[in-house]
Order: sequence, then C-alpha cells, then structure tokens
Amino acid sequence: MTSVALLAALPLVITDIYYQHVLVICLVYVVLGQAWNLVGGYAGQWSLGHAAFFGLGAYTSTLLLLRLNVTPWLGMVAGGLTAAAVACVIAFPCFRLRTHYFAMATLAIGETLRVLFLAFDWTGGASGLVLPVQRIPSSVDMLWASKLPYFYVILTMAVVVTLLIAQVERSRVGIYLRAINQDEDAAARLGIEPRRYKLLALAGSAFVTGVTGTFYAQYTTYIDPFSVMPSMLSVRIVLVPVFGGLGTGAGPIIGAFTLIPLSELTRVTWGGRGIGIDQVVYGAIIVWLTIWMPGGVMALVRRRRGVSGPRRRDPVATPEAGVTAT
Amino acid sequence: MTLEIALQSVVSGLMFGGVIGLVAVGVSLIWGIMDLINFAYGEYLMWSMYLTFFLWAGLGIEPILTVPITAVVLFGAGVLTYRSVIRPVLRGPIFAQILSTFGLLVLLRYTAWLLFRPDDRQAQSALATSVVVLGGLRVSGGELVAFAGSLVATTALFAFLAYTKTGKALRALAQDREAALALGIEPDRLYALAWGLSTAAAGVAGALVSSFMYVNPLVGDVFLLPAFAAVALGGFGNVYGAVAGGLVIGVVNVTGGTLTMPKVKLALVYLVFVGVLFMRPKGLWGR
Repeated sequence: MTSVALLAALPLVITDIYYQHVLVICLVYVVLGQAWNLVGGYAGQWSLGHAAFFGLGAYTSTLLLLRLNVTPWLGMVAGGLTAAAVACVIAFPCFRLRTHYFAMATLAIGETLRVLFLAFDWTGGASGLVLPVQRIPSSVDMLWASKLPYFYVILTMAVVVTLLIAQVERSRVGIYLRAINQDEDAAARLGIEPRRYKLLALAGSAFVTGVTGTFYAQYTTYIDPFSVMPSMLSVRIVLVPVFGGLGTGAGPIIGAFTLIPLSELTRVTWGGRGIGIDQVVYGAIIVWLTIWMPGGVMALVRRRRGVSGPRRRDPVATPEAGVTAT
Repeated sequence: MTLEIALQSVVSGLMFGGVIGLVAVGVSLIWGIMDLINFAYGEYLMWSMYLTFFLWAGLGIEPILTVPITAVVLFGAGVLTYRSVIRPVLRGPIFAQILSTFGLLVLLRYTAWLLFRPDDRQAQSALATSVVVLGGLRVSGGELVAFAGSLVATTALFAFLAYTKTGKALRALAQDREAALALGIEPDRLYALAWGLSTAAAGVAGALVSSFMYVNPLVGDVFLLPAFAAVALGGFGNVYGAVAGGLVIGVVNVTGGTLTMPKVKLALVYLVFVGVLFMRPKGLWGR
C-alpha cells in the first residue's frame, strides 16, 4: 500500500518529462508482464504471440475513435474483448500443442496477424494510424499533453491487475492452473478440465493485454504494425516475468522496473551509436538469464529465505535428461 | 494471369524452395536430435550472408565461391554456441530452452544491426544477372545455382547421415535416445556436431543466396518461419521430409503470392504452418 502511494507521488517529485516517460513504460510492462504471467507463468502455456493481442487492442480502439468517434474509454473495453475473442478462437487448436509447439504456433499466428495488418488498407497498412492529436487535451478522447494523466491511468491499471491476479492465484482457479502447469495429464485425471482453465487464463491475459494496447496507442498517439505487433514485443513481454520470477506476483514488477530502465539507460547512454545497443543488451540478458538464473530474481530471494526454488518442469541434473520428449 | 506466368512462378518457387529445403534440414537436424528449436537459425544465415558480402567486397571473392569458407566458419560458430549456451541450458527447465535461442536471435541480430547498420547490401555477381532459359521458362542464374547448390549440400548431408558411423549414431540418437545411450553413444560430442552441421547448412545457404538477395540484419525472418513451415510439413525432426516440405513452401510462397496479393505471401506460408501444426501436430508426414 505504501509503495503504491509512494509511486503515485513520484511524478510530483520527478518533473523531468523523460523520467516520467520511463515510469509510464515501466508500468505498461508491469501490466503486460502480469497478464502474460497468468497464462505463461501460472498455467505454463508459453505464448509468444502476445504482441498480437496488444496490437488488436491498439487497433480496435483507434479505429473506433477515428471512424465512429467512440471514446477510447469504451474502445479500451472493446479492444480487450476483441483480443480475448481472438484468443478464444486460436485457443482451441493451440491448446492441443505442448511446450515449444504451442510457443511456435502462437508466434506464427502473431506474425500472420502482423503481415495481414500491414497488407490491409483499412488498418492504414504500413503507414499506420495517427490519433486525433489536434484535439489535445481532451479527457474524453484520452489524449493529454502532460504525462501525468497517463501515469495515473496506467498506475491504476497496474494496481488493479496486480491485485486481481494475486486474488486469482489464491483462488481455486489459481491452484488448478498451477496443477496444469506441473502435470497436465495428472490434473486432467483429477477431474480438472485443463482446456477450460487454460482458455480462461489465455482469454483473461489477452483481455488485459488488449486494454494495455489501447492505452499505449493513446499514449504514443501513433500506431503501425511495426510498433504494436512485432514478435520482439512478445519476447519483451515474456522476459518481464521471467526475469523477476515466473508464476509470482512480484516477478513482473521486479522484471519491469529492472529491464525497462536498463534498456532505456543503454539507449540513452550509447544513443549516439543509433538504436541497436539496447537490443544487444536485451539479447545478452536473455541468454545470461536462461543459463544462470532460470528461476528469475524471486528464486534468489526464496533461496535466501531457505524456501525451495520455483517449480521446475524438468528437475534434472544431467544435460542428457534435460531434453524431454513431448 | 496466363498459364505461362503461373508456370513461371512455380519454377521460381521451386528454386526458392530448394534453399528453404536446405535451411529446413538444418533446423530439423537439431529439432530431431535434441528436441530443441533453434529460433536463432535465421540469424546464422544472416551472418553467413554478411561474411559472403565482406569477402566479396574486401577480397573480391565471387559469392558462390565463399561456400566452403562460410560453411567452416558457421560450423565453428554452431559448436561454440552449443558449448557456451546450449549445453548449460539443457540442464534447466524447458522454458529456458525456448528462451535461450530467442535470446541468441536478439543478440545476433542486433549485433549485426549495431555493426553494419540496417542498410541493404548486396554482392554484385555476373551470376545474378544471367538468365537461363529452360523449355521456354526463364530462371535467374543465381537462383539456379542456389537451387543446385542446396540440393548438393543436402545430398551430402544425407549421405553423411546414412553411411558414416557418426551419421548413424546421430540418427540413433534422434530415433531413441535412451536406447542410443544404452549402446554407449556419447551424446555430448554428437550434440556439438549436430549444432555444427546445422549452422554449417545455414552457412552454405547464406553464401548461395547472396548473389541475388540483399542482406540486412532482418533478413533471417525471410527464412525462419518458412523453414519451420517446411519442417512441419515434412514431419518434425524428419530431415528427408524437410526437403520436400521446403519445395512445397517455396511454391506456396512465390506462386501463392503471385496468384493472390504479393503483400500477403508470408501470411500464406504461416497459415500453412499453423494449419499443419493444428491438424497433424506431428507433421503432415510424421509418424
């Protein structure tokens, strides 16, 4: 509670617009990380297609605003619902696939959507869509000149989503999801319908991701398939909870507030060399993480407290046994 | 849309498909033997293309003649990757395996981006501009050589897998790991070899396409998902099926693009991939 209050007061102290921007992006990734964690961390379904949900949210609300003059506050819900609907459609075939097959299928679907959005005319194609910036500032259109209103919107979202997911984690559904993660067949034999709960997790995750997509569109006031739907975005989303700790409530918060400032810092520090260096740092972090700290920061915290590390799907010691057949 | 154009596009598709076949064999090798997907595979190919470009720009070596050099260098890169990243990751949870090659993708791609900038570069070769007429259909010399070179490389790899003792050990490992281990096959060196062979295939493919394709840091994407699709069609981990899958995907990519909208041709390839994945999770011709 105190940390939320502190965070809320932060932009009043930090008046530099750039740092306020970093804060907003951190919170965007807290929400995205929490949403992905629901399906990836708790349920163990490794989606690499979350950028598609994000993009769908961004495009739905923006098109509604531009074409039908629907306020983004409603468009946000529409965007979330569109993402959730698409998630439900792809869930049925995708959930037949396990581990890396599921990851590949979601990656391919995400890329398909991106290519289609690039090709269509009604999405603005490669030239993208510009939000009605001439109306700034307008609370009805969720467009402001200052970063502060955006900050409070995304802070509210981050708090609500974090609390909601903490609630889910403690609930029966949360237990089912973790059971499915550990051993889907065993869970099914115990009478849990894996598909039903995986669908619930994916749809919920997609909804939140879509809503965040709308927020991002409103924040940047410009979207195109390269900025809101690239597969790199999916990877960045995955990385947030993985860094902090998969399947933990604190994981995405730790991940977002470490990775985003790090990426921003490298970009600004070596900005003269052009973009690329922050991505190199990202790549190095991913490789380093997977080798040395696959449990994320939270695993280190737990180890210090003397609690056993996070659940591993393959608690094996030999490299040979690490390769599991699916 | 005349029949001639359709036929022409099928021929172009087959030419591209031959290269995709070789790339798919490279992906399939690791997949079949280690049950691991190398998401960074396209990046190895991209680095091979840069190597070819700089050998051409710096030393004036004809792109096609850099094949042995890129093959050896990329073989080394693959073994190094296995030893430094993959071997430790194999001990960890399965998601670490998925993520590690994605990390390699980002690292390799943006290192190239940082060093070479996102500009298009192309080695100039007389081969690329030459045209061969086959029974009324026109084929670019560069594409024809790439197609033939891919088939030669694939055949050589198959011969290695079929007739040498090491090749047989690799296949045994892919078929039944437990049994192979019981027979005293040591997986570690074979895994390293599989990585080397796999990335060497990317090295060969990269040099072959360099005479007619631009290289930029994102070029790996042109190959990766089509190769995945080819692997899916051919049956996961089935290296022979991967070649056939490559030819089909090449035709879908080029002919499908010509018949509908060129802008959506990649979407068609992805849809074939996803479709196969959904209907036959073990691959179209998988067991």
